[in-house]
Amino acid sequence: MLPLLERWLKHAALEVQEYVFLTRRAFHGVFTRPIYRHDIIEQFDLIGAGSLTVVLLSGLFTGAALASQSGLTLDQFGARPLVGRLVSASMIKELGPVLTALMLTGRIGSGIAAELGSMVVTDQINALRALGTDPVRKLVVPRLLAGLFMAPVLTVISDFVGILGGWVVARFQLQVSSGLYWSSISKGLYMQDIWMGITKPFVFGFIIATIACHVGLRTSGGTAGVGKSTTVSVVAGSVAVIAADFFVTQIFFALFY
Amino acid sequence: MDTSTTNANVQQILDEAGAPVVVFDKVQLAFDDKVVLRDLSFTLLKGHTKIILGASGSGKSTALKIITGLLKADAGVVWVNGQRVDKLSEEEMMPVRADLGMIFQEGALFDSLTVRENVGYKLYEETDMPLDEVDKRVGEVLGFIGLGEHIDKMPSELSGGQRRRVAIARAMAFKPRILLYDEATTGLDPITATTVDDEIIKLRDLENVSSIVVTHQLRDAFYVATHMAQRDPNGQVSVVPATRDKEREAEFIMLKDGLIIFEGDADALRASSDPYIQTFLS
Repeated sequence: MLPLLERWLKHAALEVQEYVFLTRRAFHGVFTRPIYRHDIIEQFDLIGAGSLTVVLLSGLFTGAALASQSGLTLDQFGARPLVGRLVSASMIKELGPVLTALMLTGRIGSGIAAELGSMVVTDQINALRALGTDPVRKLVVPRLLAGLFMAPVLTVISDFVGILGGWVVARFQLQVSSGLYWSSISKGLYMQDIWMGITKPFVFGFIIATIACHVGLRTSGGTAGVGKSTTVSVVAGSVAVIAADFFVTQIFFALFY
Repeated sequence: MDTSTTNANVQQILDEAGAPVVVFDKVQLAFDDKVVLRDLSFTLLKGHTKIILGASGSGKSTALKIITGLLKADAGVVWVNGQRVDKLSEEEMMPVRADLGMIFQEGALFDSLTVRENVGYKLYEETDMPLDEVDKRVGEVLGFIGLGEHIDKMPSELSGGQRRRVAIARAMAFKPRILLYDEATTGLDPITATTVDDEIIKLRDLENVSSIVVTHQLRDAFYVATHMAQRDPNGQVSVVPATRDKEREAEFIMLKDGLIIFEGDADALRASSDPYIQTFLS
């Protein structure tokens, strides 16, 4: 039992060490030449525009379901007109960033891990190195930048369509007037909420991209290994996003509330 | 003596025929408890071919990866083009790799790029060469290996043999002086394998490329060692049986469990009485 635990701990420590090394090299790659601009633009398009549909749909239905559920609860206190305030606060501070991040983990994290994993097992990563290209600069840096900057953009879009979905339910199911819905949103939102809602997706985008790249580049064991890496990337990415959400929230509460 | 003078001297030596372009001196490597290479020593001379034979897991591909810096040796010294590379960092290895081309098992072509982009990859991405010149060079090398009409295809549209030949084209596009072939013909039918062998021979004899060929395909190993390429006055290239002197420029190394158990030319290999070699050759 003890040797097994020791082996597991060593393996975990090695993974953390390699993850930190990769992240450090990626950050070094962001600020030094050569920069592969074409790959960066391509990843912004793939991760940003490519994820728009899934983010729009998940945001819209989350906002709508939230309004529907909270409408019932608020009715018990005669506070139905405050539904807009509850939907916007929940979407902007919590659900928008986290759900968008989870959608991105499923769509982008798995894709990155599978793509890089396939490149590892077919020697394409070694071929890149042999041709004088640093795989971190060529593959990790563009994905890191795209994750870092597209996650906030997608989150803002998700927040907006979520609030829009909430309005549809508030207006036509809960019979709350549009004016009341939108004014309760503007009254209930504080600058700290906006900052929290904008900061979280930067952290999540970074986590999703770096974990997926790390897991993908550490793939071994042929095509079965690629499948395993894809699963690990999604599971580890999702757990890390939810854990990071808790810690970022605590930091904001401690500093700004 | 300053660095520039030393570099000039090294370059002068490397420009001479028969200069040592790759030197392995007592190289050792182990993965955990498994020893892959034990005191491996050999020298590749300029314009010559070193053919490394051995069973799977004998350390052949590992030796190539150490030369390109994809793996680091645990002990020993490795020289490539007059530069000691065994202690170099990934960044420091990049200039060394500018003169090294490697053909991987299965080709390792980039799936998402066309044949043109694969072949010109290094020139497009890692040099400042004007695009029209890169396109011209890509056309040249694809013409050299006879795949000019496939320039806009994706790797998935090519046959196994064509993929290996595109991999050779990719490795030769930036005109390296050393080419490393890792099982370039494994898994190919004999006819397709011969076309790949012909490319190896042509690059060696017409482009003066020094090569290390790793294989366990005896037929291909002996074909490369015993044939030579020549260009007739009309510019036509043909592959013909090698002269005795030319045959001597191809040297065999037989690896067993990370150790060299034979080193010599094709005739010496055939004449060896070592039971392992006899079994390998039979």
